Amino acid sequence: MNIIVAGNGKVGSTLTRQLSAEGYDLTLIDSNPKILESTVELCDVMVYEGNAASMSVLRHAGIKEADLLIAAAGADEVNLLCCATAHRMNPNLHTIARIRNPEYAEQIYSMREIFALSMIVNPERQAAAEIARLLQFPGFLKRDSFAKGRIEIVELKIEPNSKLCDVALSDLGNIIKCSVLVCMVARGSVAFVPDGQFILRANDRIFVTAPTNNLALLLKNIGIITKRSDSVMIVGGGGISYYLAQQLEKTGIYVKIIEKDYERCRHLATLLPNIEIVHGDASHKATLESERIDKFDSLVTATGMDEMNMMISLYGHTLGVPQIITKISHVYSDEIIHNLPVGSVVCPTTLCTNSIVRYVRAMRNQTGAALSVHTIADGHAEATEFSVDANTLHCGEPLKTLKTKKNVLIVSITRAGRTEIPNGNSSFHRGDIVVIVSTGDTLIYQLNDIFDD
Amino acid sequence: MNLKMMGYYISMLLAVEGLFMFPALILCFADGDSHAGFAFLYTMLITTAIVGILQLLCRKRPSKGFYEREGMVCVGLGWTIISILGCLPFCFSGEIPHFIDALFEIVSGFTTTGATILTDVEVISRGLLYWRSFSHWLGGMGVLVFLLAIAPLGGKGGFTIHILRAESTGPNVGKLVPKMRQTASILYLLYILLTVLNLIFLLIGGMPFFEALCIAMGTAGTGGFGTYNDSIASYTPYLQGVCTVFMALFGVNFGCYYLLLLGDFRRFIRNNELRMYIAILLLSTLLISINIRDFYPTFWQAFHHSAFQVSSIMTTTGFATANFDLWPSFSKAILLALMFIGACAGSTGGGFKCGRALILLKSLRRSIHKVLNPQKVEVIQTDDGFLDEDVISKTASYLSAYVIIMLVSFLAISIDGFSFTTSFSAVTACFNNIGPGFDMVGPIGNFSEFSIFSKLVLIFDMLAGRLEIFPMLMIFSRRTWRKY
Repeated sequence: MNIIVAGNGKVGSTLTRQLSAEGYDLTLIDSNPKILESTVELCDVMVYEGNAASMSVLRHAGIKEADLLIAAAGADEVNLLCCATAHRMNPNLHTIARIRNPEYAEQIYSMREIFALSMIVNPERQAAAEIARLLQFPGFLKRDSFAKGRIEIVELKIEPNSKLCDVALSDLGNIIKCSVLVCMVARGSVAFVPDGQFILRANDRIFVTAPTNNLALLLKNIGIITKRSDSVMIVGGGGISYYLAQQLEKTGIYVKIIEKDYERCRHLATLLPNIEIVHGDASHKATLESERIDKFDSLVTATGMDEMNMMISLYGHTLGVPQIITKISHVYSDEIIHNLPVGSVVCPTTLCTNSIVRYVRAMRNQTGAALSVHTIADGHAEATEFSVDANTLHCGEPLKTLKTKKNVLIVSITRAGRTEIPNGNSSFHRGDIVVIVSTGDTLIYQLNDIFDD
Repeated sequence: MNLKMMGYYISMLLAVEGLFMFPALILCFADGDSHAGFAFLYTMLITTAIVGILQLLCRKRPSKGFYEREGMVCVGLGWTIISILGCLPFCFSGEIPHFIDALFEIVSGFTTTGATILTDVEVISRGLLYWRSFSHWLGGMGVLVFLLAIAPLGGKGGFTIHILRAESTGPNVGKLVPKMRQTASILYLLYILLTVLNLIFLLIGGMPFFEALCIAMGTAGTGGFGTYNDSIASYTPYLQGVCTVFMALFGVNFGCYYLLLLGDFRRFIRNNELRMYIAILLLSTLLISINIRDFYPTFWQAFHHSAFQVSSIMTTTGFATANFDLWPSFSKAILLALMFIGACAGSTGGGFKCGRALILLKSLRRSIHKVLNPQKVEVIQTDDGFLDEDVISKTASYLSAYVIIMLVSFLAISIDGFSFTTSFSAVTACFNNIGPGFDMVGPIGNFSEFSIFSKLVLIFDMLAGRLEIFPMLMIFSRRTWRKY
């Protein structure tokens, strides 16, 4: 499949890396030759220098033969123009545009029609939604939900004083007292699928599958205090903060936003009249202290600079803020960040990339395509959701008689609104929603890929 | 330094070389020449042993950490090693008894030079002749590029671009299609297609199959090894004409042929380098034909020989139909100039490359404009866009490296005490991968008289010329072998 990626920024380059690793023919367009140069040395792709919204550049990049165009340049307008132009040149083309400006948020659907877009992605909005979900259950580093929100894979860190520390997985059921499955353990920079003898150690990060209505119970039994956040301090007044504040306002959580730029503060104040907007520089300790950071239940750091976010989160940790969520835009620093007490890390780039990769895979195989794809454990593993349809093999056969590929784990089966964690006697039936976790290089494009035959 | 990864690549390279010795082996035994046959057999066994050891040593290789430096060294070292193994059949069979002589011959083959130390080619067995000519064909497009086409080297990373850049010719190497493997396959498919076409045209002209195969491979790689002492001179004018045309064709950037394949005639015709190449070819042919008019009975014959020699020298092939050493000095001067200019970037030919010359000329023009008006800002245009300043400065530094190596080699060769023309043209002919020079190393001469030291210098020059200097220089830099 021929894919053209316009714009080699954070989203563009992450996408390039992921899609070229999956074996698509990628052509990259950007106006900065230096960035292109470094990308071509990293990935097996072709690059083209120029303005992606111009016809001649698109023609040279091979728009006529392309199947999909992903416009992820800096400006929304350029992305729209690029997609519209490309679509005119090749009517069979699928187009995905990244639109970030909150002012366009309400016209998203009409824009899809006008510009014939297949999909619109908004990393900041996705990040805000993710943060809001994390605020719902303090204690989880990450939540990925499947089957229309009925089942989740949550990430937990084993603290040295945790009940789970030095416990073998086979004894886990006695402690947690509810039906969960540890599908992945990340220790340092390696991730593995554990078996019953596996013993959890301090600082391991575990990925647990559980039905959504068991999450509160899970946290309680592990001994993590689960008081829902009543107050959130958001540092930085960018797009994410706006979307997040808007969402939290509806749930009645008290929100305070600290923003450095006065004009931006005024703008936010007009957009969000009921939210407390404070003009101040959060990089100064005094500002945070005078805004009583230590009294908040949660701290969300979402400034434009990763370093600043990390520093403020670390400061929040030393003051004992119960829940901290840090926005990190660059994907590079996973290993470093997990050794720091900066709480949950939300990366808009990754969220956005995941949703695009999901679309690309769905394009690749029209039937049996994944309903959703989430990368977990720093990209070492992937959780994919499928629905069982007429093409699925081995329907109705108990799982213990089936041979599945190595590195593949069936983590849940949802049938008629009821979710179970499968055992040897479970089986697939038409209409089921199945979640699969796979590690390493095993890519699962459709449900039948899990069978080893 | 990712030594294990490099070891793995080099072992794959040797495996490819060993496999390609099979046809030569079969040919030897079919001819009943068991002497040469066993020479190939022993070489293949040695190659297999080395491949096995390397594979064993490098089985746990990190997949990361392959950069510019590794790519360069991999190519430089790889070519040196395949040359050392490739010369063994000549040694073992006793047909070229001295190791350095045999090395010279096979390096001359792989680098598509076509300079020989053999005084009598016609006594060499057919298997060895085949191997000699085949080395032209493989060396022309590049052994590692072949490997990139057939083997999933390193899988999904982009670092294979370093290998393509180090082995392919020209200032600005890029991919044709998004995937490296497909790019390499397209290059080789075009290459094979043109070679087969050449072979068919030669067979139509009544050339025996074996000779046609050798000549076609020599033409394709712009090498220049023939099967007779007088190169191409004894063939009919038709066959010589076929060679003229195909030599010129193989001197063209293969990227241009890909444009043709896509049906993009506009960009093909507008390619500046191609235009310059054709213009120089035509102009030189015309000038030489007029200059040598009195040497031949008809103007047509003068034109025929002029065209052949111009095409042969400019594409750095080195076939000859006439002893151009006897031509007037104006014609010789033109040929000498063509030796330096060379073929197009991205072709199988050697020399400084038309593309580089074009860049330097354009930047020279800009410098002149800048003297006239120091405030003037001017960018250099290329076929479809503007040239990066980086490429211009790299081309300039390539020129200085080129001149320095020429001069140092010339000094080193002069110790042997042959005439000025001999020494200078020997270095020129080897460094630009042409083959014949003037005087003692002219079209009817050979390189056998040089001392061992001179031969070693020329071997280095040939490799440096084919790999465009830097991969060979890198091997000798202490910095390259540092861990960090």
